[in-house]
Amino acid sequence: MNDVSDLYTRARTWIGKEAGKPTMARDVVNVPMIRRWCEAMGEENPIYVDAEAAQAEGFPGPVSPPAMLEVWTMARYRPGGRLPEEGIPVLNLFDEAGYTGVVATNIEQEYDRYLVEGDRVSYTAIVDDVSEEKRTGLGIGHFITIRYEFTDQNGGPVGRMLFRVLKFKPNLAQAKAPATESAGNEFPHPRPAITHDNAHYWEGIAKRELLIQKCSDCGHLRHPPGPGCPQCQSLEWETVKASGKGTLYSHVTMHHPRLPTFDYPLPVLLVELEEGVRIVANGIDLPASDLTIGMPLELDFVEVEPGYLLPGFRPARTGG
Amino acid sequence: MQFEQITEGAALPELEFPVTASAIVAGALATNDYENVHHDKAAAEATGVPDIFMNILTTNGLVQRYVGQWAGRSARVRKIAIKLGAPNFVGDTMRINGSVSHVDQAKREVAVTVSGRNRIGEHVGATVTLHFPERNAA
Repeated sequence: MNDVSDLYTRARTWIGKEAGKPTMARDVVNVPMIRRWCEAMGEENPIYVDAEAAQAEGFPGPVSPPAMLEVWTMARYRPGGRLPEEGIPVLNLFDEAGYTGVVATNIEQEYDRYLVEGDRVSYTAIVDDVSEEKRTGLGIGHFITIRYEFTDQNGGPVGRMLFRVLKFKPNLAQAKAPATESAGNEFPHPRPAITHDNAHYWEGIAKRELLIQKCSDCGHLRHPPGPGCPQCQSLEWETVKASGKGTLYSHVTMHHPRLPTFDYPLPVLLVELEEGVRIVANGIDLPASDLTIGMPLELDFVEVEPGYLLPGFRPARTGG
Repeated sequence: MQFEQITEGAALPELEFPVTASAIVAGALATNDYENVHHDKAAAEATGVPDIFMNILTTNGLVQRYVGQWAGRSARVRKIAIKLGAPNFVGDTMRINGSVSHVDQAKREVAVTVSGRNRIGEHVGATVTLHFPERNAA
């Protein structure tokens, strides 16, 4: 058994168990802490700080902003960081194995009622899930999900929360400061790697022509570009210009992760050209909900950045 | 905002939030989050990121504030679900947009889909569920 799967197996034994000790808020719901929170968020709804405004809305007094639910039970500040016993054991397993990075990725909170000035919140926390190892932009890591149940001073439920963090091995080679100058072209659209074998294709695209490689010996059409004919192994080739007519052969829609310069959800099409070859391309005016296998499409070009064209396909105009 | 006026597809006004170091630290402290990556640049760099970044509880709070500002003081927040993507680093600006994705007439509930984007990409995608009590009921 190797270290990684051993870690994964050990971490998964925590599922269904308490992630840490039940915790009670150190302070009751109070206006000074609410006021500071509202100032940081820019929250101006007066029911959170003003008794009269809260009463006008049917509350006995100022109420906690719902999104403060977990704030009341957060661990105290300690010089030098939290004590080992304040940590979450299942997360500590990952720290010990070198997955020292941590980033919260999801919160789902549900509120049964608004907390009122003087309420005191407690929670119990159960480990809900540990993911397999994932490759992420920050480095390899595991997602750990913890489920919290919040109650008040009388034991009555006030809300619940699902909290997911990524524990990852810091990928220091990737760290690069984004420029602090104006936004704009610091994240340019990724460009293709131009090689001896595909340069003709991109030169065609720049002239708004979709060129298909054709074997000069046997006439076989091929795409994507390559040096030799897969049918007869000839290295001699020429190109033919595609008519631009095709049909949708298959498609996927990207939702996550979201890379700069792309719009999401991002449908990616596999189009069968009428000449017989297939090409991966973007859709134009084609939301994912409109995609149907076999639908007729026609070629167009999108100027992604000044001087940089990409082929795309839009629904074929009927009768055209 | 009156429940009767809300229609599916309606867009919320955009909110521009400057992600300054002060805003990140004020949010971290107001949410009692003392993780050093939210206030100590050297500690953040040691985990492989270029600077301090906004903590998730601040993002959660900003989503509540953004939707609440539109919905008004009579709306009650039932659920907030957020998913983080591109971190909010110092010096960036987050533009938050939203739209009404569902109106449940019987339950008087409204779902609002929210997206906060910075110059790296989408920082947060969220769904907020609101309840609008009958005007006479408390």
